[in-house]
Amino acid sequence: MTAAVNPKKLIKGGLHDWEVVIGMEIHAQVTSRSKLFSGASTEFGAEPNDHVSLVDAAMPGMLPVINEECVAQAVRTGLGLKARINHRSVFDRKNYFYPDLPQGYQISQFKDPIVGEGEVLVDLVDGESITVGIERLHLEQDAGKSLHDQNPTQSFVDLNRSGVALMEIVSRPDLRSSEEARAYVTKLRTILRYLGTCDGDMEKGSLRADVNVSVRKPGEPLGTRCEIKNVNSIRFIGQAIEVEARRQIAILEDGGTISQETRLFDPGKGETRSMRSKEEAHDYRYFPDPDLLPLEFDQAYVDALAEGLPELPDAKKARFIADYGLSPYDAGVLIAERTSADYYEAVAKGRDGKAAANWVINELFGRLNKEGKTIEASPVSADQLGAVVDLIGEGTISGKIAKDLFEIVWSEGGDPRQIVESRGMKQVTDTGAIEAAIDDIIAKNPDKVTQAREKPTLLGWFVGQTMKATGGKANPAAVNSLLKAKLGIE
Amino acid sequence: MTTLNELTLAEARDGLKAKDFSASELTQAHLDAMEKARGLNAYVLETPERALTMANVADTKIAHGEARPLEGIPLGIKDLFCTHGVATTAGSKILEGFQPHYESAVTHNLWRDGAVMLGKLNLDEFAMGSSNETSAYGDTISPWRRQENGKLSDAKLVPGGSSGGSAAAVAAHLCLGATATDTGGSIRQPAAFTGTVGIKPTYGRCSRWGTVAYASSLDQAGPIARTVRDCAILLGSMAGADARDTTCADLPVPDFEAAVSRGVKGLTIGIPKEYRVDGMSAEVQALWDRGAAMLKDAGATVREISLPHTPYALPAYYIVAPAEASSNLARYDGVRYGLRVPGKDIAGMYENTRAAGFGREVKRRIMIGTYVLSAGYYDAYYVRAQKIRTLIKRDFEAAYASGIDAILTPATPSAAFGLGEKGSGDPVEMYLQDVFTITVNMAGLPGLSVPAGLDAQGLPLGLQLIGRPFDEETLFAAAQVIETAAGRTKLPAAWWA
Repeated sequence: MTAAVNPKKLIKGGLHDWEVVIGMEIHAQVTSRSKLFSGASTEFGAEPNDHVSLVDAAMPGMLPVINEECVAQAVRTGLGLKARINHRSVFDRKNYFYPDLPQGYQISQFKDPIVGEGEVLVDLVDGESITVGIERLHLEQDAGKSLHDQNPTQSFVDLNRSGVALMEIVSRPDLRSSEEARAYVTKLRTILRYLGTCDGDMEKGSLRADVNVSVRKPGEPLGTRCEIKNVNSIRFIGQAIEVEARRQIAILEDGGTISQETRLFDPGKGETRSMRSKEEAHDYRYFPDPDLLPLEFDQAYVDALAEGLPELPDAKKARFIADYGLSPYDAGVLIAERTSADYYEAVAKGRDGKAAANWVINELFGRLNKEGKTIEASPVSADQLGAVVDLIGEGTISGKIAKDLFEIVWSEGGDPRQIVESRGMKQVTDTGAIEAAIDDIIAKNPDKVTQAREKPTLLGWFVGQTMKATGGKANPAAVNSLLKAKLGIE
Repeated sequence: MTTLNELTLAEARDGLKAKDFSASELTQAHLDAMEKARGLNAYVLETPERALTMANVADTKIAHGEARPLEGIPLGIKDLFCTHGVATTAGSKILEGFQPHYESAVTHNLWRDGAVMLGKLNLDEFAMGSSNETSAYGDTISPWRRQENGKLSDAKLVPGGSSGGSAAAVAAHLCLGATATDTGGSIRQPAAFTGTVGIKPTYGRCSRWGTVAYASSLDQAGPIARTVRDCAILLGSMAGADARDTTCADLPVPDFEAAVSRGVKGLTIGIPKEYRVDGMSAEVQALWDRGAAMLKDAGATVREISLPHTPYALPAYYIVAPAEASSNLARYDGVRYGLRVPGKDIAGMYENTRAAGFGREVKRRIMIGTYVLSAGYYDAYYVRAQKIRTLIKRDFEAAYASGIDAILTPATPSAAFGLGEKGSGDPVEMYLQDVFTITVNMAGLPGLSVPAGLDAQGLPLGLQLIGRPFDEETLFAAAQVIETAAGRTKLPAAWWA
C-alpha cells in the first residue's frame, strides 16, 4: 500500500509517532443446513454430539462429499466482495493432532482458494471512507469443541461443530487504526448478512477474527507482526489492537525487537499473551486431499448465482441518497441492517423520504435501542409508522401530537388514524376557533401586545399561549399567520 | 470326486441354480474346510453363524425362483472392508475391538447380490506389505510349497501381500472368491504367488466408501478368484457408481462375464521394453515370451512399446503412498474407537496408543510420509513425485494412442519366497516386489494378474495385463486366452488339513 499516512491515525509514542498496520482473517460460518462434507445438521444449541455423522467422527473408510450449498454461499460471498471467483479450486489437508479434530487434519483450501482478490468499501464515522483489499476467501471445516469442565479427570469432546463450513476471509494489511478495523468487520458483517451467507452472530461464534498487528514509523517498511487469535466481538477487536499496538511500541521504544508469534487477547486483563512463537508453529504438511476432486464450475454457474443476489449495502446506500434525498450519514444508518433498510423503504414509499428517515432513525431506532429490541421485534410496524408520517404530512396532527401518537401505538398498538379520530387528537384548522382563542389572549394581555409590536420575537409567547388554549391541537401554521395579522407584525 | 468347495464360482452358481446342492451345503463345505485350514491363518475371523443364516436366505430365494446374481456364493472378505457388526481390524492392533456400524460399499453390493460372508481375511497391516508378514494377527501361510528333489519342502512360503489372506483362502479352496484391495500390487502380486486370478480395476470403478484407507489416490478394490470368469463375475457385483465417494466413476457396470469369451483377434498387445529389468530370471522372461505367443496364436498382434518413465515409478510411489498414509492414519488416535493406551496428557496418550497400536512397517511409512510433506521438503519430494506420476500416465496414454489395446508384463519379478526371507534387513528388497504393478496404480489403470505356468520349483508365476481406463473387458478377454492356453493351474492338495 502506498496510501498517504493520515496523521490523525498515528499513535503517539514516548519518542515519536507510530503507525499501526492491521490485517485480518475473518472466520465466518457459512449459513447452510448441513456441514461442508457431510449431511449432519449445523443447527446451533443441540445436545453434545447430536449432530455428528460417521464422516464428522472420522470413522475408518469414511469419505467427504462436498456440500453444493456451501460452494454457492462462498461464490455469493465472493461476488459480494467484488472478488475474482476461481472456476477451479482445490481442497487441501492441514494436518495436526487435536482431540476435537477427529480426522487428524482439517480440510481447507491452501494454494487454490475458491475466491481470489476483492475489496470492501468501509465508511468511517467522520464521513471519510477507505477501501480494504481482500486477498482471498476459502472454504474450510470447523473443528469440534473440547470440554474440560465436565469431569475432574477427563476431557470430553463435542463434535457438533466438527465439519461445519467456514469461510476464511483474508484482508490485505490495509487497516491503520482500531477504528478502521472495527468499521471493516462491521461492514463485512453487514455484507454477509445481506447476502444471507453468514448470520454474523458473534455471540454464537459465527464470526471470529484473527487480527494481525504490527507497528512502524510512518513511511518505513512493515514491522514484524503478531497474530491475535480468535477474537470474538467487534469491541474486543478494537481493544486487542489498541493494547497490542501499545505493547509493541513500548518494546520498540525500549530498543527491543518484536518476535513474530501468535497471541491471545484477554479482555478481562486487557492484555495480549503469547500463545506460541514462530519456532513452535505447527508444520501443517498441507497437501491436496486425495479424497476430493478439484472443485470446478463454469461462468454460467457464477452468473446464475450473481443474478439471485440481493441489492448490496453500497448500492442501497447510493439509491437511498439519490431517491429519497437522504444524507450519506442517515443512509448509512438505515442500510446497516437489511431489515432496517427494508423497514425504512416500507415507510418511505410514496411519502417524504426525509421525514420517514427522521421518524425511523430518531423515534423508532431511539426507542428500540432504549428497550434493547431489534427491528424485527418492533411493536410499531412500518404501516403504522407510515400512517403517523401521513397524518403529519396532511396536517391532521402536529409534530408534537405525533410523538404522543407514536407512544400510544408503541404501547397499545392500533390504527394511528383511528386513534387520532377517537381520542380527538386532530389538529384544529378551524380558524374561527383559533381566532376566538387569540382574541381572548390579546384582550387579557394588553401589555404583552405592546411589547410584541416592538419586539416581534415575542410572537413565540403568543403561539405558546394559543396552543395551550387549544390543547395543542391548533395548526401551528394557522396560529402563526392569524397572530401576525392580529398583532400587526410582519 | 470334487468336493463342493473345489468348484469354481461359476460352476457353483450353476449348480445352485440347477438345485444340484443347496447354498447351505455349499457354505458348510467351506466352513469345514476353513476349520481344517486354520494353520494357514488365512482368516482372522470366521463368521459361521452369519454365513449359514445368509445361506439359508439364499436357499429360500432359490426355492422361490428369486435368485440374485451371486445367490448363495460363499466369499471371504479382506479385513480392510468395514462390515456392519463384524469386527474390522485392517490387520492392525490399533483397531482391536472396532465393530463398524456400517457396511462398505463393495461388500454391501455383494450381499445385495446374494453372496454369503464366510469371514474376514488376513492382510498386511493397513495393506502395507507384500508378504502378509506385517499383519498384527500373524503371518498367513501359502498353501503352496516348493518342490525340492521331487519332494515338497516343509519351508513355509508367503502368499504375497497385502491381500495375502484373500489369495491363500482362494488357492486353498476356503472360499469361492475373495475381496481384495490393491494400492501398489496388493491384488496382483498375491494372485501371482498363489496361482489365482486377481484384477485391480480402474481407479474409480469400485467405491472406496467404507474401505479402510491406505493411500486414497491409489487404493482400489477388486476380486481374487480361481478363474478369469469368476473374477469377472465378482467384479460385476463389486463395481458401481457411489455418490458417497466423489472419486468413484459415475459409469454403468459392463457385463464383464460376457467379455471373458471375446477373444483377442484383432487386438494389439504391447510389450514394454522397460519391464525387462536387470536381473530378471530366465524363467520369468520365458514365461513372458510364452504369454505373448499365446495371445499371438489367438489372433492378436504383439508389438514392443516403450514406457520410458517406468524406472521412476517405484521411488515416486514410495513418496505419494506414505504421504497420503501419514495423513489417513492420523485418525487412529485413541480418542474415539479402537485401542487407547493412557498417557500423562493428551500427547502422551497419542504417543502411547500409536506406539503400541501400529507395527514397524506402518510406523516406517508414517514417518516417510510425514517427512516428505514437511515444510522445506514438500517441493523436492511430493511435488516431484506427482510430476513423475503425470509422466507415467502420459507414457501409457501415448501407448494407447498408438493403437495398443492392452499391455503384457510379468506380474512379479519371481515366484513366492519363504517366510522371513525378504525385507527384514532392507525394506526396499520387499518394495521391489511391486516393481511391475506399481505403475498401474500410479496411472489409475486396470491391471489383471493371471497364472501362466510354474517355475522350476513348482511354484506359480503370473502374467499381468494392463488396460485402458475403464476397459477391464479387454483384460478379461485376453486373460481368458492365456488361462485357456496355459491350462488352469493345478492348485496344491490340502497338506494342511
